[in-house]
Amino acid sequence: MVTTVTSLGRSGLSDWLIQRVSAFVMTAYLIFIVGYLVMNPELTYAQWAQLNQALPMRMFSLLTILSIAAHAWIGMWCVLTDYVTVRLVGPKATAIRIVFQLGMIAITLLYVIWAIDILWGIQVNG
Amino acid sequence: MLNVSIYRYNPEVDKEPYMQDFEIDTQGKDIMVLDVLEKLKVQDSTLVFRRSCREGVCGSDGMNISGKNGLACVTPLSEAVKNNKLVIRPLPGLPVIRDLVIDMSQFYAQYEKIQPYMINNTPAPAIERLQSPEDRAKLDGLYECILCACCSTACPSFWWNPDKFIGPSGLLQAYRFLADSRDTATEERLVKLDDPFSVFRCHGIMNCVQVCPKGLNPTKAIGHIRNMLIRSAT
Repeated sequence: MVTTVTSLGRSGLSDWLIQRVSAFVMTAYLIFIVGYLVMNPELTYAQWAQLNQALPMRMFSLLTILSIAAHAWIGMWCVLTDYVTVRLVGPKATAIRIVFQLGMIAITLLYVIWAIDILWGIQVNG
Repeated sequence: MLNVSIYRYNPEVDKEPYMQDFEIDTQGKDIMVLDVLEKLKVQDSTLVFRRSCREGVCGSDGMNISGKNGLACVTPLSEAVKNNKLVIRPLPGLPVIRDLVIDMSQFYAQYEKIQPYMINNTPAPAIERLQSPEDRAKLDGLYECILCACCSTACPSFWWNPDKFIGPSGLLQAYRFLADSRDTATEERLVKLDDPFSVFRCHGIMNCVQVCPKGLNPTKAIGHIRNMLIRSAT
């Protein structure tokens, strides 16, 4: 058992499951958006704003944003723990890795908050 | 004449490792890579490598042969020689002691972690613990591992985190005991594996499957462990 404190779910199984589920959500969102754009070639701003103002669409978008955040957190954490290690970078690796991990987590959370602000700020006539 | 390029490193003499070229007459025979090394050892007695059974059972002569990990004793030249050249290096990712001999402590430390022995604290029966033919069949493809380390040293996840990721060999052995109907420590074993490194650093690139000289499938075993974890944790 290896202890971890900066991974998303702390457990390998939890991270693995979140990675798969979030990938599924992002794929579904991508298919929906591309499908919507293809089906509506004459799309107007009003129509687009109306779609994104509807509560189910906001929830779907937010779910996707959260999926991207979780997916990125797990993926970036994996990359950092693979390559920014004492074995590969030297004795300063631990400090560098913690800074990068916390920076990555902070940026991810800021993007989520910003996205919520954007999604709930949409006004049809605004 | 066959051109052979071999990784040489003697830390007591050499500042850094280098590749040494040899020429050898194989008389056109499709001999094994180990036979070539034995012939070279006659030419240059300072060449060092591990070997024992010379028939793919002991797992001593794992090395990187023309870019692919394998056992020198069961790899014929016809499989290993490209453009009349044979390149031999030690298994990658572990410290080199000398020439083709590597320090396998890290590999064994991971093996030790998975408790590679039967755990069953129930009173022993008079003769033996019986197992049905079906339960015994579950161990096929697992018990044959000879711990040659070809798979684990071909795995990038093991290269980056040999102290945290158990590696394909250790995980194949872990599943060998998880799958054994006579072992009663399944839950305890699973609990020790559920962290982001031990099992889950495997990203399924299957280098282990490609190089295993015994034709085993560690990636499949890792998938079984993952499924057992899902079953017990959800």
